[in-house]
Amino acid sequence: MQNPPDAASALSRRDCAPCSEPAKQPLLRIEEVSKSFSGAAAVEQLSLDVFEGEFFALLGPSGCGKTTLLRMLAGLEAPDSGRILLDGNDLTAVPPYRRPLNMMFQSYALFPHLKVEDNIAFGLKQDRLPAAEIAMRVAQMLALVRLEGYGKRKPHQLSGGQRQRVALARSLAKRPRILLLDEPLAALDKKLRGETQFELMSLQEQLGLTFIIVTHDQQEAMTVADRMGVMNHGRLIQVATPAEIYEQPNSRWVADFIGEVNLIEGRVLTMRADAITIASTAAAQLCATQAGSANPGDSVWVALRPEKVRISREQPEQPAENCAAGQVCGIGYLGDISIYKVRLDSGFVMKAALANMTRALERPIRSDDRVWLHWTADAAVVLTQ
Amino acid sequence: MRTAPGADIGAVVKHRKTDRWGARLVVLVPYLWLGLFFLLPFLIVLKISLSRPAIAQPPYTPVLDITAGWQALKVFIGGLTVDNYSFIASDRLYLASYLKSLEVAALSTVLLLVIGFPLAYGMARAPRRWQPILFMVVVVPFWTSFLIRIYAWINVLQRDGLLNQALLALRIVDEPPGWLATDTAVYIGMVYSYLPFMVLPLYATLEQMDATLLEAAADLGCPRWKAFWLVTLPLSLPGIAAGAQLCFIPIVGEFVIPDLLGGSQSSMIGQTLWTEFFLNKDWPVASAVAVVLLCLLLVPILFYQRMQLRDLAGGL
Repeated sequence: MQNPPDAASALSRRDCAPCSEPAKQPLLRIEEVSKSFSGAAAVEQLSLDVFEGEFFALLGPSGCGKTTLLRMLAGLEAPDSGRILLDGNDLTAVPPYRRPLNMMFQSYALFPHLKVEDNIAFGLKQDRLPAAEIAMRVAQMLALVRLEGYGKRKPHQLSGGQRQRVALARSLAKRPRILLLDEPLAALDKKLRGETQFELMSLQEQLGLTFIIVTHDQQEAMTVADRMGVMNHGRLIQVATPAEIYEQPNSRWVADFIGEVNLIEGRVLTMRADAITIASTAAAQLCATQAGSANPGDSVWVALRPEKVRISREQPEQPAENCAAGQVCGIGYLGDISIYKVRLDSGFVMKAALANMTRALERPIRSDDRVWLHWTADAAVVLTQ
Repeated sequence: MRTAPGADIGAVVKHRKTDRWGARLVVLVPYLWLGLFFLLPFLIVLKISLSRPAIAQPPYTPVLDITAGWQALKVFIGGLTVDNYSFIASDRLYLASYLKSLEVAALSTVLLLVIGFPLAYGMARAPRRWQPILFMVVVVPFWTSFLIRIYAWINVLQRDGLLNQALLALRIVDEPPGWLATDTAVYIGMVYSYLPFMVLPLYATLEQMDATLLEAAADLGCPRWKAFWLVTLPLSLPGIAAGAQLCFIPIVGEFVIPDLLGGSQSSMIGQTLWTEFFLNKDWPVASAVAVVLLCLLLVPILFYQRMQLRDLAGGL
């Protein structure tokens, strides 16, 4: 179910990203790892490759096993079966304190009795580095996270954002082969979180390290990650770049989990090289360009993102395909965009998003208005599962 | 009806005033309690310690007669003396008693810590649903009278007691050793009686400790035993200090355990105190012994308070 991390079509934001070189050996290889807690499977037969220099995000609903997977990488949990390889070396039985990976904990887990500089130096002292080297690296780390002058403070004397940066500095101080981040920004407020996401990205690029982040926040995952894996019930459902996952989800579940989507059930009527027509009780005849693996007669779902659906009070000129009329039954005003819920004549409720381009307080489309929805053939994705 | 805005403000101010009085009253209660049941008795004891013994009722002189006026007060103050303190300082019996008490208290506290820490640690790390049961197990001895439990230990420790029977049956010893009237018996009694006072504060501290900190230590390259020294132990210092204080201070003044289980060759200060009061009927010397004991105990208390202040400033 997992796409290879290559694909010429990859919409990778960074052309230099190593994941776009198919021949490259993975830095981290997870081989059919399983883990269950008192009978309940947390991670099932999961395989994944992560490449050097990559910013990889594990995304999924709570309880999907993403944190368990991360903890197995750190050595804090032992897998029931399967192997974890780093640079080709089996890491599965190596205790956490000998793994060249470091983790940044969701709660930060800063040592409350140690000063900021001693927190950052903790890992370096375990390696018995000379004192001068430790002092130098601590200073480097403090500068890196812009906390110069805070070294003598205790964690409780810092704000939440500062604590988060200390935790980051501490986990980076040992220059890990891979930095594991467990919901690193969950405790920050929304604005700070947004800023920190970009800081994390530039930090990762600057240091050239491999980051694996676990998050349940899809915006966060899509912002920071080169590649992401969407998890559910202990399995990886899809692994691809954020754009691929959003625009080409491989299943209804992924389409529904990432962003807003209209899922219209239908039956394949005809298939041509460039287009597929689908009959549906929800709307009129649907037409899509991405055929997927469907055959005529198959039951399929058409996934349509609300921002790709156009809404207008006038009937479009070519009403034959991908067009449906209905009545506005709900409007969600989000500031930048508005979400319109439209009850089609078939009874099916569809969502359409419209950017609020003007500052008018009264929107042209109001509740109970009769409207037409239409979309282009390449806006829809046909899903078979 | 409209109320003038001024009236509202007045009501608020009045309300605040009663609030402040309420708050003061609440703070006053413990001070009143301490004044009435600690400071006043202490001043009486201090006064008696500055008196001379007398064959009278009460058995010391001078006695303050408040009704006799100014002249009587002058005579009273003139009658006070520090002789009892110089007597305590000159007689080696008292010094030996104090030292013995401090020695027993210090060693008992160390033993309690060594035994109590693993117990508390085990309790804190036990599955959640077991913890209330383990907690009960620690507390349950309190349901029986302290005196009865110490008498039970006499039974266990006597020459044909359970301990010797067990040792003989296991062929650890050939001859039953005499346990009673030894320091060993005193230490057994102390550790047994004061264990809950050591375990409970330690448990409270360890139970609150974030287990993620140990994971973080491991992640940063620290094996488990080392993480214990670098993380668990420093973070449990407040519990250690509280437990040590709860044990050390009462053990210094302990009377029942050394009297029932210990030997007669050297007595702890509590026993000396008892002898002065009840056998020698020398209330002034007994009071002086008590005042010196209190001053001795102030040292660890002040030390502990300083540490707490430092923790508040440093923030544990």
